[in-house]
Amino acid sequence: MRLSKGANRALKVATGLTLAFIYIPLAVIVIYAFNTSQTLSWPPDGLTTEWFGKAIDNTGARDAFLLSLEAGALATGIALILGTLASLAVARYKFFGRETISFLVILPIALPGIVTGVALNTSFTQILGVELSLFTIIVGHATFCIVVVYNNVVARMRRLSGSLEEASADLGATPWTTFRRVTLPNLRTALVAGGLLAFGLSFDEIIVTTFTAGTGEQTLPLWILDNFSRPNQLPIVNVVAVIVILISIIPVYAANRLTQDEGGATAGRARGRKLEAEATAIP
Amino acid sequence: MASFWSLGELSGEIEQNFTLDNFQTIVEEDVYRSVTLRTVGIAALVTITDVILALPLAFYMAKVATPRVRSLLVVAVLVPLWSSYLVKAYAWRTILSEEGILNWALDPLGISGPGYGNVAVWLVMSYIWLPFMIVPIYAGLERIPDSVLSASDDLGAKAWTTFRRVIWPLVFPAIVAGSIFTFSLTLGDFIAPTLVSSTQFIGTVVKSTITTNLPLAAAFATVPIAIMIVYLLIARRLGAFEHI
Repeated sequence: MRLSKGANRALKVATGLTLAFIYIPLAVIVIYAFNTSQTLSWPPDGLTTEWFGKAIDNTGARDAFLLSLEAGALATGIALILGTLASLAVARYKFFGRETISFLVILPIALPGIVTGVALNTSFTQILGVELSLFTIIVGHATFCIVVVYNNVVARMRRLSGSLEEASADLGATPWTTFRRVTLPNLRTALVAGGLLAFGLSFDEIIVTTFTAGTGEQTLPLWILDNFSRPNQLPIVNVVAVIVILISIIPVYAANRLTQDEGGATAGRARGRKLEAEATAIP
Repeated sequence: MASFWSLGELSGEIEQNFTLDNFQTIVEEDVYRSVTLRTVGIAALVTITDVILALPLAFYMAKVATPRVRSLLVVAVLVPLWSSYLVKAYAWRTILSEEGILNWALDPLGISGPGYGNVAVWLVMSYIWLPFMIVPIYAGLERIPDSVLSASDDLGAKAWTTFRRVIWPLVFPAIVAGSIFTFSLTLGDFIAPTLVSSTQFIGTVVKSTITTNLPLAAAFATVPIAIMIVYLLIARRLGAFEHI
């Protein structure tokens, strides 16, 4: 489409402004992490790295960090297995209730997080009689991590032709061999990308976590939330916030690179799909 | 998922007898009604704001930028999409605070920022959910073949007419798809409202009643579910599901 010079410029300005809107708050937090003063007044008095050392020595923050890693890793593991199985079933077989399953898997992300949180909380405490603990955090995180993996794998399966698997079967491979030797290698990058995204999501999830965490358990976001109101902890909170940004950004960036690098000729179409898959994959 | 279905029954089941009293409370008491209206209002405002902000950026990404710039922009949009929700809300809390950067920047102009309150919630929510709107719109725009746009051009349509008569109808389902996220996510949020305002939203009410009156909290949580189901049904009618 031909755009007039003015329209083109206006579009550029709007794009720039929106990007600035997206990034300025993140930049502000990074600057505050180096702030010498303990308050949040702007502009900062001076810059220092001393809070990074203090943050690493802070046992509360460190414990929360380790717990978050553990919960994220286990939830991602569960999601990888269940999400892949569900997507294989939906993508390759026609069965009664198939449409329902694909709708039900997507539903948790269309529902507000607080609904999932309350639902899990009541199921655990009232119906199942399970104490809230690390286990319940992991189950809670797995519910939305499954969606991420499912979306990535289903998008990949749609691109893969079923004839590969048929060919493998014709050559005498058992279903398990076909899965191991044909399907799985094709899914590999989708799985890695889905896993990374799931981990990133789990690492900074807070809404579902507040409803599923036991009294003694604090993931890193919960720790941050808890320490907002303590003025003397503020510099450490700022540092932890920067660490959380980094840890959630790196897997996303890696996942993005992974799914973008392969694909070759189909990349254009595939990228559109992948973006949609990623867009859907949010709790 | 099973927990979702059990929720409806649960609202009455905690005392092992089925009752609709909680729902009656919610319908009849003004507090709940005004909280619901306020939350839905903010969610709608946030959705509209995000559409306005996302459209030019997504259009620039999909149709104007060179491939190199485009892939950079995709990453630039995706990265904050996944970066910590809490940290983003916290960043706004510091920006909007009394001594924060916004008041500092506005001070020479003789005005002060909105402070904490409904405006702050609107700002923060629009900020946090913006990428969720950009991505589907971008994907939707990318699907429109360039030839359609040049055809409109060749037929003598001005840029604005092309946008209104060609692009908008084609991209509308994608906008609805994006609005599912912005709307739903705003509806259920309770962290950002507690950080930047003291007013009550559906999320904050559910959060604060869940320890004292679980059935009531659960019953109130069905309100966003009901709203979302209606919303999803309308969205399906508008063809948004193909864009999810």
